[in-house]
Amino acid sequence: MRVPLSWLRDFAPFEGDAAAIAATLDDLGLVVEGVEHVGEGLGDVVVARVEEIRPIDGADKIRLVVVSDGTGPVEVVCGAWNFAVGDLVPLAPVGSVLPGGFAIGKRKMKGVVSNGMLCSGPELRLGEDRGGILILDADGAVPGAKLTDVLGIEPDVVFDVAVEANRPDAWCMAGVARDLAARLELQFAVPSTPALLARVAPDAAGAAVPATGPAVATLTSVRVDDPDLCPRFTARVLTGVQVGDSPEWLARRLVAAGMRPINNVVDASNYVMLELGQPTHPYDLDQLAGGGLVIRRAGAGETVTTLDGVERMLGRPGPGLGDTGQDCLICDATGAPVGIGGIMGGATSEIGAGTTRVLLEAAYFVPMAIARTSKRLNLRTEASARFERGCDPAGIDRAAERFCELLALTGGSGLTLADGVLDVVGDVPTPLEVAVRPSRVNGLLGTAHTAAEIAGLLAPLGMEVRPTGGDDDPVEVVVPTFRPDIRPAPMGEADLAEEVARTYGYARLPRRHPAWPQPGRLTPYQRERRRIKDVLCGLGASEAWTAAFVTEADQLAAGFAPPYVEITNPLVDAERFLRSSMAPGLVQAVLYNADRRQGDVRLFEVGSVFRLPEIPDGDGPLAVEEERLCAVFAGEGDDAWSAVAAWRTVADALGLVGWTMEQGPRRGGGARVSHEFRSAALVGPPARGRARRVVLGEVGELDPTFVETSGLVGTDGRPRRVGWLDLDLATVLDPDEARRKPLESAPISRFPSSDFDLAFVVHDEVPAGTVEATLQVAGGELLESVQLFDVYRGESLGPATRSLAYRLRFCASDRTLTDDEIGGLRSACITAVEQSHGATLR
Amino acid sequence: MSGPVDVDALVAEARVAIAAADTTEDFRHVAAVVSGKKSALVEASRALGSMDPDARKELGRQLHEARATVDGLLEARRTAIRYAELSAEMAASRLDLTEYVPGEAAGPVARGHLHLVSQTRDALEDVFVGMGFEVAEGPEIESDWYNFGALNIPPAHPARGMWDTFYLHLGEPESTLLRTHTSPVQIHLMERAVLDGTLPIHSVMPGRCYRRDTPDARHLAVFHQIEGLVVDRGITFADLAGTIETFTAAYFGPDIHSRLRPAYFPFTEPSAEFEVTCTICKGEGCRTCSQTGWIELGGCGMVDPAVFASVGIDADEWTGFAFGFGIDRCAQMRHQIADMRALIENDIRFLRQF
Ligand SMILES: [Zn+2]
Repeated sequence: MRVPLSWLRDFAPFEGDAAAIAATLDDLGLVVEGVEHVGEGLGDVVVARVEEIRPIDGADKIRLVVVSDGTGPVEVVCGAWNFAVGDLVPLAPVGSVLPGGFAIGKRKMKGVVSNGMLCSGPELRLGEDRGGILILDADGAVPGAKLTDVLGIEPDVVFDVAVEANRPDAWCMAGVARDLAARLELQFAVPSTPALLARVAPDAAGAAVPATGPAVATLTSVRVDDPDLCPRFTARVLTGVQVGDSPEWLARRLVAAGMRPINNVVDASNYVMLELGQPTHPYDLDQLAGGGLVIRRAGAGETVTTLDGVERMLGRPGPGLGDTGQDCLICDATGAPVGIGGIMGGATSEIGAGTTRVLLEAAYFVPMAIARTSKRLNLRTEASARFERGCDPAGIDRAAERFCELLALTGGSGLTLADGVLDVVGDVPTPLEVAVRPSRVNGLLGTAHTAAEIAGLLAPLGMEVRPTGGDDDPVEVVVPTFRPDIRPAPMGEADLAEEVARTYGYARLPRRHPAWPQPGRLTPYQRERRRIKDVLCGLGASEAWTAAFVTEADQLAAGFAPPYVEITNPLVDAERFLRSSMAPGLVQAVLYNADRRQGDVRLFEVGSVFRLPEIPDGDGPLAVEEERLCAVFAGEGDDAWSAVAAWRTVADALGLVGWTMEQGPRRGGGARVSHEFRSAALVGPPARGRARRVVLGEVGELDPTFVETSGLVGTDGRPRRVGWLDLDLATVLDPDEARRKPLESAPISRFPSSDFDLAFVVHDEVPAGTVEATLQVAGGELLESVQLFDVYRGESLGPATRSLAYRLRFCASDRTLTDDEIGGLRSACITAVEQSHGATLR
Repeated sequence: MSGPVDVDALVAEARVAIAAADTTEDFRHVAAVVSGKKSALVEASRALGSMDPDARKELGRQLHEARATVDGLLEARRTAIRYAELSAEMAASRLDLTEYVPGEAAGPVARGHLHLVSQTRDALEDVFVGMGFEVAEGPEIESDWYNFGALNIPPAHPARGMWDTFYLHLGEPESTLLRTHTSPVQIHLMERAVLDGTLPIHSVMPGRCYRRDTPDARHLAVFHQIEGLVVDRGITFADLAGTIETFTAAYFGPDIHSRLRPAYFPFTEPSAEFEVTCTICKGEGCRTCSQTGWIELGGCGMVDPAVFASVGIDADEWTGFAFGFGIDRCAQMRHQIADMRALIENDIRFLRQF
């Protein structure tokens, strides 16, 4: 909202510079988003007539212009070409200082002296660039006249104030002024119309009081059928109206506040809305069939054509805000719609040049009803925005009276105001009484205000306050109807505490550094999630943030069959699913980098994935949301083994033990982006007290079909090999789910250890992991470690077999192992592997 | 009926030939036969020129459809053959991932980098942990109640418009959504604390949020936020202002201060917006801060009694404050990132800068 300081001064004598006032408004929560200085620095600028234009030798961009400023000829050099001899232009003489502190001095250009400057609109901060010097055609523009007099400019400051949604009262000049006056401890009052005129147009003749005409009921009628939508409706009638221009001061104020003057009737209505916050609506009474109004609920599917020429359908429910399709129509006396109540009028009854009889509507509409209608129709107007936040039902009469008085200034000598008001009142909000305990206010604010101080801070906001006794006794507060944001107690106490704080000044409120005995900390889950991420960084993987919204193709490529968790109102229609896997996003990120010659990357992401529950459960969640860690290893030489190495490092960092890899077709099918011949499920032993094995995630290599379809192809034209790790963090990081090393330390033997190597020829169907497990068992307690150190395939070994070479290390805690003992262990290990796996020692 | 050329028969022949191809080599041959320059379909198209206009139009349409059909069959077959070949290769080269020999996998080339948002989040968490806060998290899919209702924003509240919400096709219309802020975690925390009798609460809740805004240089539809909640006996606005100030200095540096000004949020009363000293000009005034010396960071206030009522906390015994601000926004401020969308591009050259 544009708020001219000059207008605010109608209500209280505000002094001081603009910056200080802006800072005060900010601290009141009336945030100033911009400050515009109007007409400043124009005091020395005069009107001059162009008498002669001469070229300058050796210059083709500038010319010498001789102007007369009323006292004599002045020579100035000018670079604009949009004027001719005889034109009237603004001249900034030598010694003047233009807006922005630009000082005009004598200047020499191409050997010619310039004694001032001819000014453009922007140079004077008067409107936009019109392609050169501002050409003046206003009345009274004669050489030597002061520009400010000719254009009627007074230096002013316009604040651009953002008003919070809960403060409809502050969405007008009076409201801003009331808060500001309360803070600055100045007396606030809305001036009577004569007092206003004395300020803004002291020379204007004529009184702002229309003559009284016949009783209003003889001229029109009002019937409200649905007071639940429109609890108060008033109508006044003015006859003998002459539609014309508004008084200049009024039109100038509208412009300063950002509205375009239209005619005296519409302008008066807009002026009142800007001044007092109450929208009103003038109708041409002679265009209303039956000469009156009926206010009623719109029928389902009923249509009305609004002022903007759009036909709108009403009376049907819409999405959000609990909208059941209750719209308030303003109709003529025959019941035909002439406008949507509180939002926009219709074209038929608009004020026109020939209007002579005006019916003025000033009403209170139910805020939620206006909000719903306005949202559903996507129709926001100055009026609807105010009504939906809540106007003051008690402010209607003052606003309507102001309208009539303003219109009387220019409405013609025959203007008459019909006697009385048609006023249909239903269930309107009434002033609220809230008892405010000083202890509560101070308990919220950390202050030590007495009851009297609290009363003193609330009263200037228009609250009626009655301290009931001592410093700590409650203050009875009567909240005026223009403050719908204040709720009944107990919430209202907090609302009024905020008002106390605002008037007192947020900046003055005390500060304290609170302390409590409970320590701050991360949960073990949060600490270990950070550790995993650090481990992956150490392995050369960088963290990505990929899209949460994916296409059906992404979901299918990741191995997930529909249905998916779907967004009702997506930003991009194709991307309307919540991802079930991070694989497509990560592969896209690899591709993005590959397209920029950065294809050699490892990326990981920790984030949520979503799916629908396999078996819908009435009481369970509607969607399954899991936090997972996914990593792609797409660097030079990367493949499944990079992912396996990463997993082993992660498992070691977390102290996970007892996990195994399950290779081959995955149990229960299940979605996967990895290839079954190159990946494994990571499975933990059943957790304490549970029979089911625990699936930690999977490790391996992305399915080449998926990789190729995604477009990630190597220089050889083949799909790139991409290692893949996918962990369910809720399981991996839960010590009750994924088994950890015991806390107790194992003593380190002081005796030397003994190694021996065993190489077995084992069929391809036997996983190396099971051979290792057999060795672990056969080695028994004395086995310190077992390590696969070589895998060999060759024709000499026979088809579908390979040699697996292990190094076994033995050690006892209380003695050095003898050769016999070692020999026995060796035989036991060999026998176990040969018998369990059909292997032969090589 | 077909014209002089039996288009249906051509398509049928092509279908048989395509189905019979089962290697890439076969496929190339068949593709040339059924849709190459010398294929019957192309020959027939060439013959169109010599026909009378009506017949030409009809046959042209048939040939066009036939081409589309054959192209579709070819593409499907090509995909199937490619899939079969890749599958065969996989089967022939299946890996036993337990055959892991240490040191044989490709090693890391250079250290990886945490995402800037993670680094920022971690740093913020660390500051708050140092100030005595725990860190709480919650789901991103929420019910209307946790995201709005319990926060004093019932369905018919005009302030709903302050949050552009993504709704999900789950349950009743508009009953399930992607959380627009991490405030639902506050409700979960308070409910649990009331149930378990474990008040007070001193927690921050970082996490991912969603708002239906078209992404631009300053906004992303998916973004990260951190909120804080303190519910304890004797907590006042002074504690809120002090906490914000302590945090500001700890995170941004000792020259950076904070100020609060009135604002409106349905879930706090009194409410405030908090601003911090412009980190670019240190308060002197510059373009970034519109010459004010201050940058708006987030919102805060005393927990509204209506919110306490919805979780069953006695507002006469307990008071509390809450605050919230953008993690991504902090990162943007601290590292002077001109366009927020750099955070979601995942360009490794960007990620490696931090
Ligand atoms: Zn700055």
